[in-house]
Amino acid sequence: MQLEEKDILILGIESSCDETAAAVVKNGRDVLSNVIYSQIDTHTLYGGVVPEIASRKHIEKINPVIKKALEEANVTLEDIDAIAVTYGPGLVGALLVGVAEAKAISYAAHKPLVGVHHIEGHVSANFIENKELEPPFMCLIVSGGHTHLVIVKDYGEYEIIGRTRDDAAGEAFDKVARAIGLGYPGGPKVDKLAREGNPHAIEFPRAKVAGSVYDFSFSGVKSAVLNHLNSCEMKGLPVNKADIAASFQEAVVDVLSAHTVAAAKEYGFTKVAMAGGVASNHALREGMLQRCKENGIELYYPRPELCTDNAAMIASAGYYEFIKGNTHGLDLNAVPNLKLGER
Amino acid sequence: MKILAVDSSGLVASVAIVEDDVLKAEYTTNFKKTHSQTLMPMIDEIVRMTETDLATMDAIAVAKGPGSYTGLRIGSATVKGLALVLDKPIIAVPTVEGLAYNLYGTNRIICPLMDARRNQVYTGLYKFEGDAFHVLKEQAPLGIEEIIEEINTLSEPVIFLGDGVLPYKDKIEEMVKVPFLFAPAHLAAQRAGALALRAKEMFLAGQIETADEHKPDYLRLSQAERERNEREQSGKERV
Repeated sequence: MQLEEKDILILGIESSCDETAAAVVKNGRDVLSNVIYSQIDTHTLYGGVVPEIASRKHIEKINPVIKKALEEANVTLEDIDAIAVTYGPGLVGALLVGVAEAKAISYAAHKPLVGVHHIEGHVSANFIENKELEPPFMCLIVSGGHTHLVIVKDYGEYEIIGRTRDDAAGEAFDKVARAIGLGYPGGPKVDKLAREGNPHAIEFPRAKVAGSVYDFSFSGVKSAVLNHLNSCEMKGLPVNKADIAASFQEAVVDVLSAHTVAAAKEYGFTKVAMAGGVASNHALREGMLQRCKENGIELYYPRPELCTDNAAMIASAGYYEFIKGNTHGLDLNAVPNLKLGER
Repeated sequence: MKILAVDSSGLVASVAIVEDDVLKAEYTTNFKKTHSQTLMPMIDEIVRMTETDLATMDAIAVAKGPGSYTGLRIGSATVKGLALVLDKPIIAVPTVEGLAYNLYGTNRIICPLMDARRNQVYTGLYKFEGDAFHVLKEQAPLGIEEIIEEINTLSEPVIFLGDGVLPYKDKIEEMVKVPFLFAPAHLAAQRAGALALRAKEMFLAGQIETADEHKPDYLRLSQAERERNEREQSGKERV
């Protein structure tokens, strides 16, 4: 591979949930490799991610995944400038595998270590996808574990202006999927079935959080779906799963896109990005595109493989920390409830 | 030959560098701070103190389990990362064997006891004949009564060690019918120096693993797997 003197290569490592991932990224934006070992088939047997099993799988896969990432990038550890690793938030046992491995590699290879916030990684996936995108912008982060509306003030600088008060958006998808018998993982399954349903068939509630205009709440819409199913059963009415999926999804998309665009307008942003696993949901993309277009806002989002958990986004976020001189020591610990912007 | 040894299987974190028959450095802590924060700085400390170049190690040894699941993975990921960079083999020493090796040369039967929760101990039975180390009973999770019964049938003096001694001391004093001792504090817990010496024997016998294939040996399935197996079992019985 042709590398210039000034090029900076980051090896990213991610193990915060059920994907064991490693990647090599050049100058924060160019993905040279992006290897993901997904454990989803194993966790599907249990209807969701089992933390202890996730941790056990990570330790089995992490070395081959890292070696493959180096091989596919056609580089050796010698070429790498720093090791970036997710140290939170996430499942503590899962995070610890990546953190211990990254520290040992950093130590033995004499390379600096950069601990990365998982959500900063998701935000940074947009830098990989859209080479011209630079802060500041508004970003909606939606995944199985997170629902945040943040202002990306600069690389690594965030202001959270909205968050979920209960379930994450992706969590609500999983719970509704389970309720209508679609199984795990719920997001893609609801997304697919919803395309055959009428999004206006059932009017599910759009929750407002008192006193905080940009916060979210998804437990209400989830309960409304369960109530609807119960009431159909009591009255002996047929259940149209596709209509439920489409109407539920419409309610969630409506709230997410309305909040995001309203916040962008209030704070004067003409650029909005999406990040996280749910950002690959078709209805959310369409809903956001439409609403952004109506308001003269440019929408950015990563391709699906950069929306799911991956290490390229961790390497990208790590790059921007590294060039600022922010590195971590050998005592770096996993922080399961790490706050955004905390170091 | 040179070995770096790491044990983070229990409350103790211990690292050591052994060169031929010399213990160059050993660093052991028994404190509540997480292994995640202490283990790498401890390795760094002994490496610097002894001016060791890790690239000159012949192998890296680790207590492979049983033990705390998280503790085992911290040790395992640490040695896997080191071995990946340094291109070294891993010697995966059964934790209980490493513990037994603390009492090298004793003529008593050695019975390490590690608290395994759920009313069990991780234990095994070992014996030295001269300098030859024999495994009489492979490490396993057992009820304390089970292992004591086995000891009683052997009719030989025994010495107990490990963090499982304290919670079961009364039971041992009440049930064990052979002469017994408890190891003193400086020999009673995981010591990476002893682990390294056991590892050296294994290395010379060709018992090594690659960094890619190495993983902890938990001796137990996860709770979710156990429950799933039970469900499937009871499902079959109903049919």
